[in-house]
Amino acid sequence: MRDRIIFAGQLAFTLLVTAFLVVPAVLSMMAGVTANYFRGIRSGVTLDWVWQVWGLYADTIGRSFLIALSALVVCLVVGVPAAYGLYRSGGRLSRAVEEIITLPLAIPGLAIALALLLAYGGFSDFRRSWLFILAGHVVFTMPFMVRSVIAVLAAIDVKTLDESASSLGASPWRRFRDVIVPNARPGILAGSLMVVTLSLGEFNLTWMLHTPLTKTLPVGLADSYASMRLEVASAYTLVFFIMIIPLLVAMQLYAGQSAAARRRR
Amino acid sequence: MKAEHGVAVRAENCGKTFADGTRALEPVNLDIARGETVVLLGPSGCGKTTMLRIIAGLEQPDPGGRVLFNDADVTRVPIEQRNVGMVFQSYALFPNMSVADNIGYGLKIRSIGKAEREARVAELVELTGIEGLERRRIDQLSGGQRQRVALARAVAVRPSVLLLDEPLTALDAALRERLRGELDRLLRTLGITTIYVTHDQAEAMVLGDRIVVMSKGAIAQIGRPRDIYFAPASRFVAEFIGAANIVEGDYAGGRLKLAGGTLPLANGAAAGPVSAMIRPESIRIIAAEGAGLSGRVDSVSFVGDRQRLMVSGAAATAILVDVPNSLTVNAGDRVGLAVEPGAIRVLASGK
Repeated sequence: MRDRIIFAGQLAFTLLVTAFLVVPAVLSMMAGVTANYFRGIRSGVTLDWVWQVWGLYADTIGRSFLIALSALVVCLVVGVPAAYGLYRSGGRLSRAVEEIITLPLAIPGLAIALALLLAYGGFSDFRRSWLFILAGHVVFTMPFMVRSVIAVLAAIDVKTLDESASSLGASPWRRFRDVIVPNARPGILAGSLMVVTLSLGEFNLTWMLHTPLTKTLPVGLADSYASMRLEVASAYTLVFFIMIIPLLVAMQLYAGQSAAARRRR
Repeated sequence: MKAEHGVAVRAENCGKTFADGTRALEPVNLDIARGETVVLLGPSGCGKTTMLRIIAGLEQPDPGGRVLFNDADVTRVPIEQRNVGMVFQSYALFPNMSVADNIGYGLKIRSIGKAEREARVAELVELTGIEGLERRRIDQLSGGQRQRVALARAVAVRPSVLLLDEPLTALDAALRERLRGELDRLLRTLGITTIYVTHDQAEAMVLGDRIVVMSKGAIAQIGRPRDIYFAPASRFVAEFIGAANIVEGDYAGGRLKLAGGTLPLANGAAAGPVSAMIRPESIRIIAAEGAGLSGRVDSVSFVGDRQRLMVSGAAATAILVDVPNSLTVNAGDRVGLAVEPGAIRVLASGK
């Protein structure tokens, strides 16, 4: 009996906390499909706001995906070999490099953006293009890729795998392609999902770096909050949720799978 | 499979100092004949693995050191071009490939056609006795199976020299003994030049044509298993290989004088203090009366196939004696000890 009371108490508390966190999000998304928010849901349900958002901000959504996927490509092409190199060489220097790569996590996005503006703002073509934002996103997301890959490399004793492939005659490139990358795949995948998710949701940096012609989804969101009807802004939130949630779910599923695979081993 | 003999290996003046200043290996010389199996034996940290890695090409020797395969200098040749076969202590099998793909990987790198590759893999699967596992993933194999796959993968490329770094250490004792026998048979069949690193002296005895005993980064002795066992060059070798009694005494008039009497000594050293080695199994128990050397039995350990006695009073330290399991002897008995003069090995002084 006492146990059941404790259990019920715990359950109630958990539900309360969950509700506290979830209700605002649900309210916001509901506002996005309400005909008139101030009159409440009784005023009717509509998708008009969602269509309006699509009409006004479709380009920001497209751009966000373009930037996220480009950031992913850069992180894969640069980050994975960098992680391998850092892990292989070891030593104090590579630890220092790892720390430097990780630094952007601790520095406010605004400061990074300011630094980028100071350094490269003068190249006006670059400054005006979406590539400028991409540069910021790569700086911000790279540590997640590098760290995630290094963690996997350390877990599978990649140094000995590399040595055994070399003893069988494989050149450094063949080793990287046949042995390192396939075995680092869990880390590469986890890192990739992080990069895409973080890039899609990034606001601080992007807000400083964007121009009226290079808005991304979160910047558009801020824009709509500031200048549109509440319903439009809420519909925008809804659109953002719909796009980001599958990625988050994929991330969780994948994390679960690789944990299970590790247990099997 | 036809015998493959590989190359003769020569290490000249190979030392290794690591970046942090640790001296892992003093400059050493080592000659390995074509087709020979040489075991590098020593306690951990003695430099045996470093030596193996230098020959493999995974480490560069300090300046002045050279590695030669059949008189060709390969010191600057990276491992991937040395055509070695290597088995690691952790096996380092590729988890992303099946057993067959692991074994065939070196052949694939050498651009050998699919048909020939498959035939060769099948041949090795049979040779190492892992039939039926070809399609398995590595994480579905037992330790012994992994060891066999690692060996098959290493010899698949017909290496010039086969290098094994403690290949049985990760296994439990019973399996280790069985695989040791298998490995011995396989190495004899293949006849490749083989360098085998271990800290297990039983493995070294069984597998090695010659044993290189190493200590503190230097070679303590090189010789056939019998030479190493019966004629150790130093106290370190004597104590590292098998059980050994080291006795100190004065040599005079053809006899070695110990605390509990004297023993006849054949190889006449110079008169004076001498330290000598006697193996426990070369000592016989005789009646205490009239024996040249006698002592008191402190303890009797029944091991099954024999009994091991500890006898005090005969020398400065207790002496181990192995006697047949049929002999009746009790702690507290006074016994005489007899040793054939040839079984006493005088050790070089100083150590």
